Amino acid sequence: MIETILDPVLALAGLGLVFGIGLAIASRVFAVEVDPKVEAINKALPGANCGACAYPGCGAFAEAVAAGKAPVNGCPVGGADCTENLGNIMGVNAEAGEKRIARVICNGTDCNAREKFNYEGMKDCKAAIMVQGGSKACEFGCLGLGTCVDVCPFDAVYIDNGLAKIDEEKCTACEKCVVECPKDVIEMIPHSQKVAVDCNSKEFGKEVKVKCSVGCIGCKICVKKCPFDAIKFEDSLAKIDYEKCTNCMLCAEKCPTKAIWADFDNRKKAVIIDDKCIGCTICAKKCPVDAIEGELKGLHKVLDDKCIGCSVCYEKCPKDAIEMK
Amino acid sequence: MEFVAILVSAILVNNFVLARFLGICPFLGVSKQVETAFGMGMAVTFVMTLASIITYLIHRLVLVNLGIEYLQTIAFILVIASLVQFVELFVKKASPGLYDALGVYLPLITTNCAVLGLAILNIQEKYTLMKTITHAIGASIGFMIAIVLFAGIRERLALADVPECLKGFPIALITAGLMSVAFLGFQGLSVL
Repeated sequence: MIETILDPVLALAGLGLVFGIGLAIASRVFAVEVDPKVEAINKALPGANCGACAYPGCGAFAEAVAAGKAPVNGCPVGGADCTENLGNIMGVNAEAGEKRIARVICNGTDCNAREKFNYEGMKDCKAAIMVQGGSKACEFGCLGLGTCVDVCPFDAVYIDNGLAKIDEEKCTACEKCVVECPKDVIEMIPHSQKVAVDCNSKEFGKEVKVKCSVGCIGCKICVKKCPFDAIKFEDSLAKIDYEKCTNCMLCAEKCPTKAIWADFDNRKKAVIIDDKCIGCTICAKKCPVDAIEGELKGLHKVLDDKCIGCSVCYEKCPKDAIEMK
Repeated sequence: MEFVAILVSAILVNNFVLARFLGICPFLGVSKQVETAFGMGMAVTFVMTLASIITYLIHRLVLVNLGIEYLQTIAFILVIASLVQFVELFVKKASPGLYDALGVYLPLITTNCAVLGLAILNIQEKYTLMKTITHAIGASIGFMIAIVLFAGIRERLALADVPECLKGFPIALITAGLMSVAFLGFQGLSVL
């Protein structure tokens, strides 16, 4: 009686034991050394498997980093922390690339931009451009149908007043929207950038003006006004060189069509710390808008209404007597 | 003659994938490229042949002797799972390229019904050891033919102008169905 229970139990347990031992031996014999770095890197990555690094997933990227084929700052999603961790694992001191964010370079909201016709088709930009290149009169502008919203894995894109907008806090610079946008109207800009040309129109003058009230008409006033030579024209469209731009916002102030966006609310002002100023006059000489006055060896003063917050004086002051607030 | 009959029957008439509908998961999963499909076919061939021999021996020597044939299924799963683990270890060492290409589908052979189905069919048909091996080889060649042909078709489909709603798996499933219908034609062979 007891055998009917014992036999099968023992037989199966015996089989399991034999196979278990066999596998244990095999795993020794056929052991493949896995780079412990790969595992450590994999843990340090966000694990979203979004593919923004151009590898098929976090695992493949980890292997590439461990093999030295991919840079430690190759993960745009993980940000500075992730880069630092990877740098520690790989033993390299990596410069964390400045955080970038996507920006829709168009301000053609429903009230600003003229429509060619009423589009009532699929809510998808790629479908919409099949019909006469989209309903907006300007062929370069954002259609606002949300192809980028659908593709964003981080819910960072939303549609506001017929225009795609990007939530700066949520954007991880994975560039999926940049790739997906059929109008190529999304651009990557540095996160610290507070000035941007919000127009993508490569047309000139009146052609822009009749289609959109806030387009860049190519007047080049910004180029003339920029004290730092940071604006260039390509295809009659202003482009800001983010390396040279100091966020002084002068161009945005002068732009006649308000095609240049600037974060005026957070505009900085230079403040001279009285105790430290020795009156060397360097700041006054360097200021592009003559916003600093003062006698040689006397205390200098910033004229708040003239200061544009370009921080040139802050960089040039030999005594660190200037603060940007 | 009997061996030829078993072989032809397993390859064409009772093709494991297209007539018995066993092992559909790797058939659909690893059939995007002929090269990986061939690799998968080789892995399945290896596991099938080895699993048939070992399950046959275990059935004869252990299960029948102890009178516990009713434990067939669970014992065979144990054998196949261990075997696949072994093959995985072996392939990882011997051919990392093939290991990467097979990816998640190699461990999936563990739960591949084609392998278990073959082992159980061998017992049901009361094959001898030699017939079991022949049947296993036939079954794996049948699997290989099906998956490689299918991969060839899918490689061409990737370039074809397929309607948006049918792109990817839908058209692959339709193709597999049509192939199955084509293989139905072999039923008339009646070699057995």
